[in-house]
Amino acid sequence: MNIIETAGLGKNYGRTWALRDCTFAMPEGHLAALVGPNGAGKTTLLHLLVGLTNAAAGTATVLGGLPAGSRAALNGIAFVAQDAPVYTNLTAANMIRLARNLNRNFDPPYARARLGELDIPLDRKAAKLSGGQRAQLALTLALAKRPRLLILDEPLASLDPLARHDFMGTVLAAVGEDGVSVLMSSHALAELQRVADFLIVLTKGQVRVADTAEDLASTHRVLTGPAGSADQVARKLHVVQDQRGEAQAHLLVKTHGPKEPVPPGWEAHPAGMEELVLAYLRSAGETGPAPLPSKPTASTGAAR
Amino acid sequence: MTALTLTTGRNDSARPLPWRRMVLVTWLQHRGVLVGVAALFGALAIYLSIMGLIVHHAWTVDMDCHPASSLTCQNLAGSFATQWHSGATIAFPLQLLPALIGAFAGAPMLAREMETGTFRYAWTQDFGRTRWIIAKLTLVGGPLAVMAGAFGILTYWYFGPFVPGQLNPLDPRTFALECLALPGWVLAAFAIGAFVGMLIRRVVPAMATAMAVAGGLGLAADLYLRQHYLPPLVMVSANGPAQSAWTLGSWYTGRGGQVVSAETVNMACPGPGPYGSTPGAPAQCMPKHGYTQLWSYQPASRYWPFQGLESGGLLLLAILLVAATIWLVHRRAA
Repeated sequence: MNIIETAGLGKNYGRTWALRDCTFAMPEGHLAALVGPNGAGKTTLLHLLVGLTNAAAGTATVLGGLPAGSRAALNGIAFVAQDAPVYTNLTAANMIRLARNLNRNFDPPYARARLGELDIPLDRKAAKLSGGQRAQLALTLALAKRPRLLILDEPLASLDPLARHDFMGTVLAAVGEDGVSVLMSSHALAELQRVADFLIVLTKGQVRVADTAEDLASTHRVLTGPAGSADQVARKLHVVQDQRGEAQAHLLVKTHGPKEPVPPGWEAHPAGMEELVLAYLRSAGETGPAPLPSKPTASTGAAR
Repeated sequence: MTALTLTTGRNDSARPLPWRRMVLVTWLQHRGVLVGVAALFGALAIYLSIMGLIVHHAWTVDMDCHPASSLTCQNLAGSFATQWHSGATIAFPLQLLPALIGAFAGAPMLAREMETGTFRYAWTQDFGRTRWIIAKLTLVGGPLAVMAGAFGILTYWYFGPFVPGQLNPLDPRTFALECLALPGWVLAAFAIGAFVGMLIRRVVPAMATAMAVAGGLGLAADLYLRQHYLPPLVMVSANGPAQSAWTLGSWYTGRGGQVVSAETVNMACPGPGPYGSTPGAPAQCMPKHGYTQLWSYQPASRYWPFQGLESGGLLLLAILLVAATIWLVHRRAA
């Protein structure tokens, strides 16, 4: 079953398309990372999936065919928006009471127990909680909805490294224990590489990649060989990223599978997820969110 | 991790959640405003009750005095008028109530959700955002209207002894504070606040706008609108309408029925004031020159029709604004 499925999904603000012709499917049971530069349309896509934004074109369905934003869909989806908004004038205990009344399947004992484990006092107003605690409160309220799909918009952005670690620990526990599917947008490539098993790359409002980490690994490789024959090799392949040094060239290519033959005189290496993401972000002519890891043989400015 | 274990114990019924669930949600979020408004009305009610009892006592003594034309009774009436000459002044601060409620109860309701981003939480819950806003507007607006209704009855009672000595029943100072009009104004101001809050989406500018719009509308009603609810009556008289009537204006006509300026009349029949400026030229002189003085006024008997008209109009305005607010929430793409 596809937990998320979109077809030709688009959203414009005036004359600019924030998201255009977006088609992908995400099967159930994955922890998916949605990456892309600022302004690529990540938040727009997430808002379309939870019904905070109406599509200008195409369709989006969730939880195996429910229209995005419908009440049935909102019953099975939990969404934590950017900056983890909670009512700052309410205590954690009252947020739980509020959430319980707004949702059919809300589980107050679970929420209270989790906040207890996290040492978040129930009688403290959210305004007095730290950023990390507030994010954890928002995540707890989301998970206590007992969702089948958890959508997180930049959950790590405002958190310190320790809080990030704790937050991701909670998400991973939910995936492991309850089988919740997760879609999270983030710039924290290194963290995502460790946990995500599905990748969606969005640039300039268009989906470049939407696939499992496994499939991506088996269909992408880095070819290293003499710079002299690079043009000849590149012409025959689907090159995502082309880095040339004086003697050597590194080509990140998309293949039809691991069995595709390697051109003579060239070596093939598996592509890491971070490397792959950066390659796709660069191939769209965007500056990536993080600097390209320096390669000893890559000459400066030779990429593309 | 099969679909079966995921859905165990889940209730995925298609039936919407019951409305009563919003009672606690609304209370948790808006109890500050509800308690604050109740405390304000309560404090004012205590003050008006105590003062009102004292005023009513003095007034009853005054009314029970027989014969009314006796010197004792005249003195009594005079001393009531002197002692309580400023008893109706409380009306001025009270007139701020609807605008304050619009600004503090109405405007922040949605503006705060929009400003802090919590609407992204509220609108993605199971309850559904359209029903969420319908429930909230009803559960906050309703109690406000009930409190205002009770308070309006109290003010009507409090201002009673000042009619017709200091006030006429339709007096712009007190009319909007009484009976049906006050809950109408409070509801309309609340709806104005909620609507501009959703439009402006920032708390402080929305509060200022709500205050200005609700206050401005109140002022416009007092000064310009209310006198046109029904066409004013016109009478010919040298002394003007009864004291209990709301006198709107006075002018003179000549022999052929044409309007004549007050200066012309005063020229022919100089009044007692310097340069003959005091209106009301001697009654015997005016007919001699063919001048007639006319008055336009709203009679006191129109108090209840006007209360009904004003309240009904404001209720309609409130319903339209609430509907517009619900529509904005329903269709807003965040």
